Amino acid sequence: MKVLAALSGGVDSSVAAARAVDAGHEVVGVHLALSKSPESFRNGARGCCTLEDSRDARRTADILGIPFYVWDLSDRFKDDVIDDFVAEYEAGRTPNPCIRCNEKVKFTAVLERALALGFDAVCTGHYARIVETVAGHELHRAVDETKDQSYVLGVLSGDQLAHAMFPLGYSEKSEVRREAAQRGLLVADKPDSHDLCFVPDGDTAGYLRRHLGDRPGRIVDPSGADLGGHDGAYAFTVGQRKGLQLQSAASDGRPRYVLSIEPVSATVTVGPREQLMVGAVRAGAPRWCGPVPVDRHIRCRVQVRAHGALMPAHARVGHDGLVVQLDQPTPGVAPGQTLVLYDGSRVVGAATVTATAA
Amino acid sequence: MVYFDHAATTPMLPEAVAAMTRELGHVGNASSLHASGRRARRVVEESREAVASAFGARPSEVVFTASGTEADNLAVKGLFWSRRAADPRRRRVVVSAIEHHALLEPVLWLAAHEDAEVVELGVDSLGRVDPAELEAVLDEDPQGVALVSVMWANNEIGTVQPVSALAAITSAHDIPFHTDAVQAAGQLPIDFAGVGATALTLSGHKFGGPPAVGVLLLSREASPVPVLHGGGQEREVRSGTLDVPGVAAMAAAAAAVAADLPERQRHLAQVRDDVVARVPEVAPDAVLNGDPLLEPEHRLPANAHYSFPGCEGDDLLMLLDAQGIECSTGSACSAGVAQPSHVLLALGADTDVARSSLRFSVGLTSTKSDVDALVEALPAALLRAREARGRARS
Repeated sequence: MKVLAALSGGVDSSVAAARAVDAGHEVVGVHLALSKSPESFRNGARGCCTLEDSRDARRTADILGIPFYVWDLSDRFKDDVIDDFVAEYEAGRTPNPCIRCNEKVKFTAVLERALALGFDAVCTGHYARIVETVAGHELHRAVDETKDQSYVLGVLSGDQLAHAMFPLGYSEKSEVRREAAQRGLLVADKPDSHDLCFVPDGDTAGYLRRHLGDRPGRIVDPSGADLGGHDGAYAFTVGQRKGLQLQSAASDGRPRYVLSIEPVSATVTVGPREQLMVGAVRAGAPRWCGPVPVDRHIRCRVQVRAHGALMPAHARVGHDGLVVQLDQPTPGVAPGQTLVLYDGSRVVGAATVTATAA
Repeated sequence: MVYFDHAATTPMLPEAVAAMTRELGHVGNASSLHASGRRARRVVEESREAVASAFGARPSEVVFTASGTEADNLAVKGLFWSRRAADPRRRRVVVSAIEHHALLEPVLWLAAHEDAEVVELGVDSLGRVDPAELEAVLDEDPQGVALVSVMWANNEIGTVQPVSALAAITSAHDIPFHTDAVQAAGQLPIDFAGVGATALTLSGHKFGGPPAVGVLLLSREASPVPVLHGGGQEREVRSGTLDVPGVAAMAAAAAAVAADLPERQRHLAQVRDDVVARVPEVAPDAVLNGDPLLEPEHRLPANAHYSFPGCEGDDLLMLLDAQGIECSTGSACSAGVAQPSHVLLALGADTDVARSSLRFSVGLTSTKSDVDALVEALPAALLRAREARGRARS
């Protein structure tokens, strides 16, 4: 096959590309430039897409003996990921930009361009498994549970999976690092990247403040009693405990958490942990990942954030979306988050949380 | 392999390789006083004379540098500093809108850090500067201009500028005129004295010499403030131990090119004209950018530059590369990301057109069968690139 290997300059995508080469595919390396004005150097584990990353990707391609190009996806990344991220926070929701990037950039813009240019598949260093069955292509959790990335790929359709290649799905991360060193890849010791790649200093609230400006509002308790002010509701996420800067302590002396954010009046409601617990989740129309389930009632496990726990649940597929009943209530589920449904290790589908209830 | 990127760099001529390998075997710093030093100095001075003779300059006007970029920096910054030191009113730097980044960036640096005022001369849709516009700019404030710099020929679209006329207008105002002739050398006759420029930039690897050897031809009256300070090896305006093998190799290439330029020109033009004749046969909607008059007075004989509507130049480059055909999008890169070319934008092209472009630059080693391979590979590449762009927009 002709395979386009997305090379971020990190260890995972490098080893993934190396394995695709070993498997006998005709591989071309492409580094995706997602920023118009990249930083020169990486700052530890923060950020990515720096000029240094681009050079690292090029050196990997050199060592693998494959052609290498840089594709400028900065416009698509800004439109589909960054603007969406800012707009979602502005609307009081909690988005996952990595999911958006996989959905819109890597497996739509890049994949479509690759297919048109004569490639058969896009290869990445994601930790997830694609299993081909008679019913179509299925997405499964990675063998290395601690690195599993099936959650951020849960929005992919069967068609997209049919043209995707994740050579690391059956490997442990430690194995991948060892293999990188054995192969002489210079990125074998490079730290994993964390946080949001477009917020290199890790200060998400500051990033949003620069984009959205001050939007002062009030912080109230569930009864509506005023507890203080804030400069912008976007700096808060549901489930947050630290940094609330409340002027008065709770009467019961227990810690308080962000329960909800009302964007129009910029009101942030805080309260005790038990009021954070969510047992029922409503979500929008699901995107099925692989075969569409026949049954309208699905016994499944759900995950609501990257590297979050798998929680047993019942999902009911309605005409306007999903209703999910969790076996055990859980804290920190908020509108905007992506809910991914699993049947065993298999991703069944994904939907965006629209509302929660105890 | 079909190499159509000679404007990026072209193979070293056998004469240059011979000179370089000969000199690599010798020890000797051209500034040393003993026999080895004198020998090295002799090679440098003979090279200086050869370069001067090849480009119509006097040996004392040849300043060796480590690149064309360094020569451009010395000309622009050095002349700006010395001219402004003599008269603080001289803040203006007049340049064309389509200069190479090696020229443009030092000019922008002067604007950002030295309070220079950049005056851009526009170009017409073929990329030509109008001497009347320069005349008007200089008449407006002759005391306020530090220097004028307009390239001899454009690296992307190959348009040749009326440098003699521009130099004459500039010197009539007693203002120094610099021209970046990096792309012209090896393709057009260059006569430093004849053109009447104050300073002129050359780069060895564009005409069959080695990379990382540049020249600033600098008239004896001009005394730019140095950019590099040190031993003052080159006329006290450029410091650094000279690269004797590199200098000798570049001089050998310069002499070889000057010896039979018309013949070389004919070969380049023949292959390029074949490209220009046959690309439209397989790509009827391709647009030739730059001057449609292909004579060397108008357009570099090695240059063919096209826009392919509905395609990304990047995609075409990759698809042709996969077929063993090497060309360029002709624009500047940062982290390998192609920005829309400031040259095409200056011609009035929109961003889409600017991004749909490819440059085919032929060289002395190019043949008709290279053109055969190009026109054979191009239709399939265009089809795929168009499809890719169509999907990206949907």
